[in-house]
Amino acid sequence: MKRITTLCTAAAVSLTAHAASAQETMGIDEKVNQVFSDATGPFVSFIFAPFPGTEFPWIVMWLVVAATLFSIYFGFVQFRFFGHAIGLVKGDYSDPKDAGEVSHFQALATALSGTVGLGNIAGVAVAVGIGGPGATFWMILAGLLGMASKFTECTLGVKYRNEYPDGTVSGGPMYYMSKGFKELGLPGGKVLAVLFSIFCILGALGGGNMFQANQAHAQISGIFGAYPGWITGIVFAAVVFAVIVGGIKSIANVTEKVVPFMGILYVGSALIILIVNADMIGWAFGQIFQGAFTGLGVAGGMVGALIQGFKRAAFSNEAGVGSAAIAHSAVRTKEPITEGFVSLLEPLIDTVIICTMTALVIVISQQLIIDQATGNYMLNEAGTAIATVDGNTGVALTSAAFASSISWFPYVLAIAVVLFAFSTMISWSYYGLKAWTYLFGEGKVTELIFKIIFCIFVVIGAAASLGPVIDFSDAAIFAMAVVNILALYFLMKLVRQELNSYAARLKSGEIKKFEH
Amino acid sequence: MAVKIVIGLDGTDTGERALAFARNLASQVEACELICAYVVEWSPFTFQTAEENAERHKRREEEIKVANERVVAPAVASLEAAGFKATGVVQHGDVAETLNRISNEHGGSQIIVGRVSNDGFTKRIFGSSTQNLVMHADVPVTVVG
Repeated sequence: MKRITTLCTAAAVSLTAHAASAQETMGIDEKVNQVFSDATGPFVSFIFAPFPGTEFPWIVMWLVVAATLFSIYFGFVQFRFFGHAIGLVKGDYSDPKDAGEVSHFQALATALSGTVGLGNIAGVAVAVGIGGPGATFWMILAGLLGMASKFTECTLGVKYRNEYPDGTVSGGPMYYMSKGFKELGLPGGKVLAVLFSIFCILGALGGGNMFQANQAHAQISGIFGAYPGWITGIVFAAVVFAVIVGGIKSIANVTEKVVPFMGILYVGSALIILIVNADMIGWAFGQIFQGAFTGLGVAGGMVGALIQGFKRAAFSNEAGVGSAAIAHSAVRTKEPITEGFVSLLEPLIDTVIICTMTALVIVISQQLIIDQATGNYMLNEAGTAIATVDGNTGVALTSAAFASSISWFPYVLAIAVVLFAFSTMISWSYYGLKAWTYLFGEGKVTELIFKIIFCIFVVIGAAASLGPVIDFSDAAIFAMAVVNILALYFLMKLVRQELNSYAARLKSGEIKKFEH
Repeated sequence: MAVKIVIGLDGTDTGERALAFARNLASQVEACELICAYVVEWSPFTFQTAEENAERHKRREEEIKVANERVVAPAVASLEAAGFKATGVVQHGDVAETLNRISNEHGGSQIIVGRVSNDGFTKRIFGSSTQNLVMHADVPVTVVG
């Protein structure tokens, strides 16, 4: 709570400063930077610390090891029940009499709108730019394994959610931690739940809000020229306020319709580029496989490619973080495990499909410079990343790769980034709110306080480049994963009971498709 | 065995005309049961925010309650007052598909609906609910103008 108070004070100070003068704001920004880096530096360093003697962050290993263990423990549920998951999303197993409730498709789409975003566009470019095409192989592998983490957390999310007399629901890791541990007679569930909630609130305000606002402003100013960030911040905050406080559903509806459209447009454009360059797809996959095991000259070789691939997958699909468990809890299903099956499609769509599309386009567009003599990739002057045609990195590299085939695509990409940022903000405002109400109780006033704080942070995020604050927020999101995965290890046997029971009933024909 | 007729109501004047037509038809049949159905248009493939999802069950209950109180219950009451056997049902879903399913579940021998007069973009592409019902229903459909 003390940290939140500090954040609020920082917000208020920053806003006042912007109104006064830009010069003064710089001063305040620097002060906020200083206060934050001093207070949060050790925490950030701890979360992102590499294993001794390597550059491999332990948190990435924590997520990948968990995903691997869950895959083995549930007998590779992501492959065995993949077809069933598709059937559930199509509505094959939905009772027509339950029509009007949240469908599996809607829960999946809502959760995806919180994860598909900048990570798929800019993050992949960073991974491929540093780790080479080989990073894609490890990214796909981590994405496939991450499907089991999502399955575990989302099943528990629905199983232990709270249902209130007015028909609304609240669910997520904090609920399965406290209720699940109690059911198993284990101590510490409540402590984990409180810790998770604190990290979730901080992650929502940071990575799910400030970072998004900041990147959206960067995209808009990239098109219209530089202008003060607080203008973008206030416009974004006003729209977010209208949606989450004012309940202006039309804006949310438009966004929720446009965002999937942008996602389809993005994947569709990537597909067109791949079809046009069909003769190079074989070569691109060759580069991906060869790079995965040799590195093809990238910094750190094969291990460098592996680190980048794993990191991108873990950071992009949020498997194990616990955020998706909050989103999926809204489905009123008699079988919590069905929501687990549906959720395992998220890392597949987010990482295995969308991230791979981006990576393939970057490789095929030949933005990464190859030394013709050796066939390896050439490094930049600093020797840290692969040299690119125009020196582009991050989102600019993705943009250039698409523009090499579709000249006007950077404009579409800029709009997509802004919309993705907005939808991620709306999703995270809800995740943060659920953690907030878990700590402080359900109620209109309690909720309003969080929503207003959330909107203030939109302005701060867009206005300032508060590096340490964003580092801290990212660290908070991954701290969620530390607490969440720890709880999942204790609770996974409950999920296996559900899985065995469901699988037996599915096999016996007790669970069957409905006529539609 | 009673003849069962499903009446598709939508709370508008055309729905009322469908109801009046069904009442007139039922009066000419010896044993007839009327089923007043209201379908709340809903698709499982729309996009919603997490908050809307969390409140969906509550909203669904409210939608059913409102449809019942304002449209279905008064229609059933008026039919019963006129001496007919009548029941009411409110369901969510695609209007044409759901009316057909309600008819099948109740053993309906025909469906009576009002003609929808809206003239929008969606109708031009996908056709109106009435058109879809006429084309796909398993029993005869009477469209009242």
